[in-house]
Amino acid sequence: MTVEAPRVGVITFPGSLDDRDALRAVDLMGGVGVPLWHADHDLHEVDAVVLPGGFSYGDYLRCGAIAGHAPILDEVKAFADRGGPVLGICNGFQILCESGLLPGALIRNRSLRFVCRDVYLRVETSATPVTAEMTVGEVVEIPVKHGEGQFVARAEDLRRIEDDGLVVFRYCDADGVTGDEHNPNGSTDHIAGVRNAAGNVVGLMPHPEHAVDPDVGPTGGQPLFASLFARALAGAGA
Amino acid sequence: MSVTQEPLHRTLGLKDDELERIRDTLGRDPRPAELAMYGAMWSEHCSYKSSKIHLQTLPTEGPAVLVGPGQDAGAVDVGDGWAAVFKMESHSHPSAIEPYQGAATGVGGIVRDIISMGARPVALLDPLMFGPLTDARNRWLLEGVVAGIGGYGNCIGVPTVGGEIRFAEPHSANPSVDVMCVGLARADELVTSSSLEAHAGSLMVLYGATTGRDGIGGVSVLASATLDDSSQDARPSVQIGDPFAEKLLIEASLELIQQGLLEGLQDLGGAGITCAVSESAARANMGAELDLDAVPLREAGMEAFEILTSESQERMLAIVHPSKLEAVTAVCERWGLRTAVIAELVEGGTLTVTHGGEVVAEMPATSLTDEGPEYDRPQEAPATPAEDDPTFAPFEGDLREAFLTLVTSPNVASKAWIWEQYDSIVQGQTVAGSGSDAAIVRVPGTLKGLALSSDGKGRFGSLDPYVGTMHAVAEAARNVAVSGAKPLAITNCMNFGNPERPVVMWQFAESIRGMRDACEALATPVTGGNVSFYNETGDSAIWPTPVIGMLGLLEDHRLRVPTAFPRAGLAIYQLGETFAELGGSEFAEAVLGVVAGHPPALDLRRERALHDLLYEGARNDVLASAHDCSDGGLAIALAEAAIGDGHGFAVTVGSDLPSHVELFSESASRVVVSVAPEHEEQLRELGTAHGVPMARLGETGGPRAVFAGLFEIDVAELREAYETAIPRLLGETG
Repeated sequence: MTVEAPRVGVITFPGSLDDRDALRAVDLMGGVGVPLWHADHDLHEVDAVVLPGGFSYGDYLRCGAIAGHAPILDEVKAFADRGGPVLGICNGFQILCESGLLPGALIRNRSLRFVCRDVYLRVETSATPVTAEMTVGEVVEIPVKHGEGQFVARAEDLRRIEDDGLVVFRYCDADGVTGDEHNPNGSTDHIAGVRNAAGNVVGLMPHPEHAVDPDVGPTGGQPLFASLFARALAGAGA
Repeated sequence: MSVTQEPLHRTLGLKDDELERIRDTLGRDPRPAELAMYGAMWSEHCSYKSSKIHLQTLPTEGPAVLVGPGQDAGAVDVGDGWAAVFKMESHSHPSAIEPYQGAATGVGGIVRDIISMGARPVALLDPLMFGPLTDARNRWLLEGVVAGIGGYGNCIGVPTVGGEIRFAEPHSANPSVDVMCVGLARADELVTSSSLEAHAGSLMVLYGATTGRDGIGGVSVLASATLDDSSQDARPSVQIGDPFAEKLLIEASLELIQQGLLEGLQDLGGAGITCAVSESAARANMGAELDLDAVPLREAGMEAFEILTSESQERMLAIVHPSKLEAVTAVCERWGLRTAVIAELVEGGTLTVTHGGEVVAEMPATSLTDEGPEYDRPQEAPATPAEDDPTFAPFEGDLREAFLTLVTSPNVASKAWIWEQYDSIVQGQTVAGSGSDAAIVRVPGTLKGLALSSDGKGRFGSLDPYVGTMHAVAEAARNVAVSGAKPLAITNCMNFGNPERPVVMWQFAESIRGMRDACEALATPVTGGNVSFYNETGDSAIWPTPVIGMLGLLEDHRLRVPTAFPRAGLAIYQLGETFAELGGSEFAEAVLGVVAGHPPALDLRRERALHDLLYEGARNDVLASAHDCSDGGLAIALAEAAIGDGHGFAVTVGSDLPSHVELFSESASRVVVSVAPEHEEQLRELGTAHGVPMARLGETGGPRAVFAGLFEIDVAELREAYETAIPRLLGETG
């Protein structure tokens, strides 16, 4: 049996902005990007699902709140329950939190301003589809761009997130050291990304799809997509 | 206080002689709705009645120009079947009253201009001018405008990649908020009036947002009159933006064009439905029957004149063959957009408007669009100011201190606090964004890069509008050339005071003359632009500030020349010559506290030769970095090249002129480059071939910026000062 390129679905919601960028990143990394539509009940037999960045429904209610009720989210939940890899980026992360697939919430940046810049992330666990091929402590450079990316959780949830190793990425400097000056939004414990208890659903505020093409930015997103592809194919064969 | 009843036409911004002209056209007294339509369409903002005779003198043709002035935006051929579409506009008056919404809707408006050409918007640039940040109201305006640009631009998925921010006292009452949008379309799919296939029976489909009472009188009451103490009352004339709806409009419009469902497309901006319907009809050499009862309204009970002139945002008008109506509706519905057939094209040239079953307006469509008044307004040169050119004042101060004053001057200091609030990377094609002399945006699927720059030189313009405007064109072209690109064409936004004052009209005419001469010499034709008059309050007008938006082409973005010194051990050269020219300089304003003298001379042949050298140098990979000398002169160009990647330098500046002149003179046509030692010979040969004089200043390397025999300073300290200056002024020292 020949090794096939993984089929990675990217959902377009009204107001998604980085959907085309995520599809291009998947293709650039050797996968097959499959456009998915918010109003459909069909994941087109993809091996992994990406919820992209943007301002779904304008984010006029809480970020991601309306998209969390989109028809396709039923399919995403079922896919996640089967252990399928799901990655939420920025607004996609917000949608996964709103729909209950991930713990915690994302609120206005502490500065109260939108921030667009490259940041460093430290890998905290390799027990996820996007970090499976990475080592704990590894540092990657990836841009952020958001106005509401401050990760918060209730005290008991936060304890569980930390104790159960659900933190996937933390903001840090180039050497992996955390500190307020390296935290672009005031996130609790410098948390940039988390996973669910099973580990197959991951959300992060930074944009790995904008960090695969060396001509237009850093390349810290490459190992995340490489990991996702490897895991997606393994899952598809299982 | 007595209240006198102004005649209706005057409250709509029409002069008495303009009313007579309307009577002549109609052969009767106009109805109220008709007056409102003429008031909007014949406003300065829509009709260019004071500027047209001057704008007609600009060069508009060139080998790359696909679409020149007169359409929603200009377009140039960038090869491989692609057309780059671009246009600049101002939203200064609304922003002065309500900075967030004023700036936000400015972005929305220019984006719809690009969409209506059938192009996907791929980049935004925002040239902004405010009064000094020491004033609380100016800080409020800056923060509101920046938040508005970000709030709208970030939400529609178009990267904001450049622009500039300048500060000057005359902008305290009247900030200038200009915005440029660039789009890409397949050249054979451009939508223009010549691609219009409309015929009698074609339908006009309004899609997008509903029509409300916002923005009524935007073009006539707000944009075509000066601001005064009562201007806050004009808040209802400021439109409210909905970027989510705009994003849906972009996707739906591009899908409609891609599926070949449209005969024509028009955005709704100034003058709302009146403008869109009359222009569509006039361009098709037809008339139209417009039914206001078919327009989806935001609230009940709107009057005809309100529906006709509402500037509610996020609306487009498609010209559709009846057989395609169902398909058009389906695409819009898929994107959650409402559609309504509001008009039908008819033979003959008459535009008939009905409301509640009654005819409320009836006139030739072209009388609104093409037959408005044109004025050759009187001009008068201002009295020549006394000779107090700062160039010749002896300077006894400390050079290092003066240098640091310039590094931290808001015109020079890092604008990262502003850029970081804009999404500059969405769409994934931003090779270089803000902080680079020119932004580089890749043409998807190719190695080509669009090189984009916007430049205005109000200070030079205030001293000599002719020379100042030439500088603006030259600097915009130079910013594109230092990146290795070839300047192709410009768009512009002319920010001026009240044209009914002869001095302002003279400034405008001089400025257009300067643009014409510079664009001819640099082979960068004018593809369109925007005129923003009436930027004055009381007797305080803004400086004559033409802002130039330059579009250039980088054949291979991998050959882009960066702004910063990339490593140690490179030779540093100044291309071009330094003369004793401190008139209108940043040094004169920030250190000496004067804006006076003559702006630097500009030799356009030298400028062009410099661009040719840079182009060839980049193609042959000779240049390791290149950065133009602008505000603050050579010293600031060196400082910025060092701060970028943290590589210091040691240079010896010339000794023919006093040291402060060598360091801070703003002589034109100069660039600081760094080259590897093995390329120095090649660089000198290029200089000889193109007739560009040059001087070897020193080398890159080390942690310090060393001006031999004068002063030195740690690059880290320099960076700290450069980066914290604006946050400090805004009260954010963290």
